[in-house]
Amino acid sequence: METSALAVGLARAQFAFTVGFHILWPTLSIGLAWFVALLSVLWWRTGKPVYRDLMRFWMRLFALGFGMGVITGIVLSYEIGANWALYSRAVSNVLGPMFMYEALTAFFLEAGFVGIMLFGEGRVSKGAHSFACLMVACGALFSATWIIAANSWMQTPGGAVADARGIFHVTDWWQAVFTASFPYRLAHMVCASFLTGAFVVAGVSAFHLWRGQHLIASRTAFSLALWLALVLAPTQIALGDLHGRNTLKEQPVKLAAMEGLWDTTKGPAMTVIAWPDQDAQKNLYALDIPHLASLYLTHSWNGEVQGLKAVSPADQPNVPVVFFAFRIMVGIGMVLLATALTGLVLRLRGRLYAARWFQFLTMATTPLGFLAVLAGWTVTEAGRQPWIVYGHLRTADAVSPVSAGAVTASLLIFFAVYNILLLAFLWFAARVALKGPADTSPPTREHRGLDRTNVESLPRAAGAFEQAGA
Amino acid sequence: MIELMQGPHVPLVFAAVAAFCVTVYVLADGLDLGVGIVFLAAPREEDRDLMMASIEPVWDGNETWLVMGGTLLLAAFPAGYYVLLPAFYLPIMFMLFALIFRGIAFEFRLQATRFRFLWDIAFSAGSLLATLCQGLILGGLIEGVPVKDGLFAGGPFSFFSVLGLLCGVGLVGGYALIGAGWLIWKTQGPTQVFAREIAHAAVILTAVMMALVSAWSPLAVPEVAARWFALPNLALLAPVPLLTAFVLVALWRGIWEGPEPRTLLLALAVFALGLVGLVVSLWPYVVPRTVKVWDGAADPQTLAFIAVGLVIILPVVLSYQAHAYWVFRGKTTVHASGYGAPH
Ligand code: HDD
Ligand code: HEM
Ligand code: HEM
Repeated sequence: METSALAVGLARAQFAFTVGFHILWPTLSIGLAWFVALLSVLWWRTGKPVYRDLMRFWMRLFALGFGMGVITGIVLSYEIGANWALYSRAVSNVLGPMFMYEALTAFFLEAGFVGIMLFGEGRVSKGAHSFACLMVACGALFSATWIIAANSWMQTPGGAVADARGIFHVTDWWQAVFTASFPYRLAHMVCASFLTGAFVVAGVSAFHLWRGQHLIASRTAFSLALWLALVLAPTQIALGDLHGRNTLKEQPVKLAAMEGLWDTTKGPAMTVIAWPDQDAQKNLYALDIPHLASLYLTHSWNGEVQGLKAVSPADQPNVPVVFFAFRIMVGIGMVLLATALTGLVLRLRGRLYAARWFQFLTMATTPLGFLAVLAGWTVTEAGRQPWIVYGHLRTADAVSPVSAGAVTASLLIFFAVYNILLLAFLWFAARVALKGPADTSPPTREHRGLDRTNVESLPRAAGAFEQAGA
Repeated sequence: MIELMQGPHVPLVFAAVAAFCVTVYVLADGLDLGVGIVFLAAPREEDRDLMMASIEPVWDGNETWLVMGGTLLLAAFPAGYYVLLPAFYLPIMFMLFALIFRGIAFEFRLQATRFRFLWDIAFSAGSLLATLCQGLILGGLIEGVPVKDGLFAGGPFSFFSVLGLLCGVGLVGGYALIGAGWLIWKTQGPTQVFAREIAHAAVILTAVMMALVSAWSPLAVPEVAARWFALPNLALLAPVPLLTAFVLVALWRGIWEGPEPRTLLLALAVFALGLVGLVVSLWPYVVPRTVKVWDGAADPQTLAFIAVGLVIILPVVLSYQAHAYWVFRGKTTVHASGYGAPH
């Protein structure tokens, strides 16, 4: 059967939509799984009820996100074969094992312990429960590792050769898994998940502080999340810089699209904003800062950077998409950093829990991490076009011999179903989140201190509350 | 290692592992799909709460075997993956939609108050549809798939066959039977009585459909007839249907008496026998009657790489999955934490 350009376009739209929807949930659950694991270890080691309350609360939100991740992920593993048969045929020797190892080391680990994590409290000891939480968190991380290894191979293939029919054969497994862009992409993605998680925790806690409820639990979580954000936000920017320098080396065309750089230039300027006109092959309305891009890309005043025109327009990605997606991601990175720094300033002044405008600000940042992740993946994937395996296999040559009608029908259904899912998730997650953690900590007296979470129980009432909370 | 992965016996070993994964999937997910199929028939809200709670801690692990099967196919027998998945595009997509709805019902049902019945329907209808789709795929496999130049060459509806429908209804009966067996074991009181009653209907449906499928496939597919009715085979293979009939009778008679896990174990045995029959009909093809396991296998260096994982990690996986079942042993009670609101 002849596969039309239409079928290619539809298959791309379907994959981009389903994988973009999927990635939201791993982002949430990688971050929250580690947060819950941290809380469960703290509860196990310190016995402070506030950690148990927070653990139970965040576990419920984790469970909702995790379930969404599982069901949307299963779709992907079958969609690759159904929609991208020629791609599967070409890369199965290389990527098949990576996907299989993902199932074997990550999904089974998560699935095997998530039941104990969610339903096992009380059936197993506290230590065993912490262990189960840790295993789930590790599983989420392993999953990201394998999937990023597979994606990085598509970006910067290595350790394999293609035969005359275009089928890849592995020559060196080590090189096929640890490709040139893998460490950067993995670090940047994992840090993105943690950062997104930190701002979700901060935002939800800010809501309760603003409402004046669940104060002990919310302060603890708010403070913890902002400490994490303070470390993670600059780390993420530094990792992004490293990632970009790797892209400059490995995928110069993508990098040129990110920068909006058309001509190969010595000492290129940074284009803050512009309208890249792909037909005219130049930027309109550009706002440039001279030599700045040269500084952060080549670490020199007059370094040379390759422009888009080095390849024919047919081999360029969609420049405006890559260009704007990159700016959205970086912009969000800066906003998150600014928020974390503001938190530090307020903390040092002892106003971290009092400043109401800051509570609004953190609530507003809650969805930003997800937006940045979507934008970042758009940069990565759209910037790789027109290749599906960079430099080797074109996206247009990778689709299945299935009819455009069948793809359209399934695409429409996915669109409808996923939107319903999203609404249902938001509805139920908001109900859980707004209700907040049970606050079973005994009444407390505060000490002045850096973060004011070092609260101490009042001896008299403690016994009664411990019973109520047990 | 790579030398080890050459030679005609190697694909056989991987085919056996793949068959093992499919078997575990069918038996494990059959259990919770089955609970879903009989879900709406339960008379009381409390029954449904209990039924759901009995599979909540394990369904995710069961369904992961579906992912394992898919990725193992891609890694070890890529031809199977990129020919069969486009060939069964629509039933696979609809199975996925159905699994989405039933998976999400686990999470949202307990949260919902007014519209809980909608999630009940999503859970049950999702389980039913997913099972029917699996049956359509199974029937389509036995019928065969049109292939040209090593790729699928049919249209979006060429998966469809009467045999597929028969298999679909048969799987509904079979999964319902496993699910009922599980409930007899894991619940008590009125829920258990309900499970025993529904098990009767399920045995009848399973037995009738197994007979129909066994009669129809050799009629519709000459290769299957040749496989079963050629002379030495006929004698060698006769025990399979005989044993199946025997187990079905034992099932029928033991639903109300005997040890509680008995129905579940016998139902699993029926399925295992059915799968043996399937292997007899399809052997030695990855893509029915076009690509044999020897031609469809991946590179030796790829097989060597995945063999390490299968040998070392698969036993570990099986052991902690078993452990998860063990932690939740005994009669189910409705949980207070996890997905749901505290009761
Ligand atoms: C919270 C999310 C988040 C934030 C704040 C940032 N990123 Fe990012 N970025 C991602 C989340 C992300 C991502 C979604 O996780 C990507 C997609 C693929 C990947 O590994 O990470 C990504 C990709 C990605 C790429 C893609 C390169 C390629 O695929 O070849 C570059 C160059 C950067 N990032 C650079 C940055 C810079 C300079 C940032 C500074 C502010 C930044 N990112 C903030
Ligand atoms: C290992 C992981 C991934 C694999 C194997 C993969 C593979 C693919 C494939 C097969 C396509 C279709 C061809 C194309 O149009 O480029 C694609 C496109 C795309 N993917 Fe990925 N992808 C992965 C991760 C992601 C993630 C996590 C996202 C998150 C948003 C993403 C976003 C996209 C987008 C937006 C496109 C469309 C690009 C375009 O049409 O220009 N991908 N990817
Ligand atoms: C960068 C991209 C991706 C990351 C980081 C990622 C990560 C994860 C994680 C952590 C989970 C566990 C569920 C959860 O915690 O929500 C998950 C689920 C899943 N993902 Fe992805 N994923 C990505 C893209 C993909 C792609 C492209 C595929 C297709 C092969 C895929 C297949 C799956 C499957 C099948 C599941 C279900 C797992 C189960 O049954 O337990 N993922 N993913």
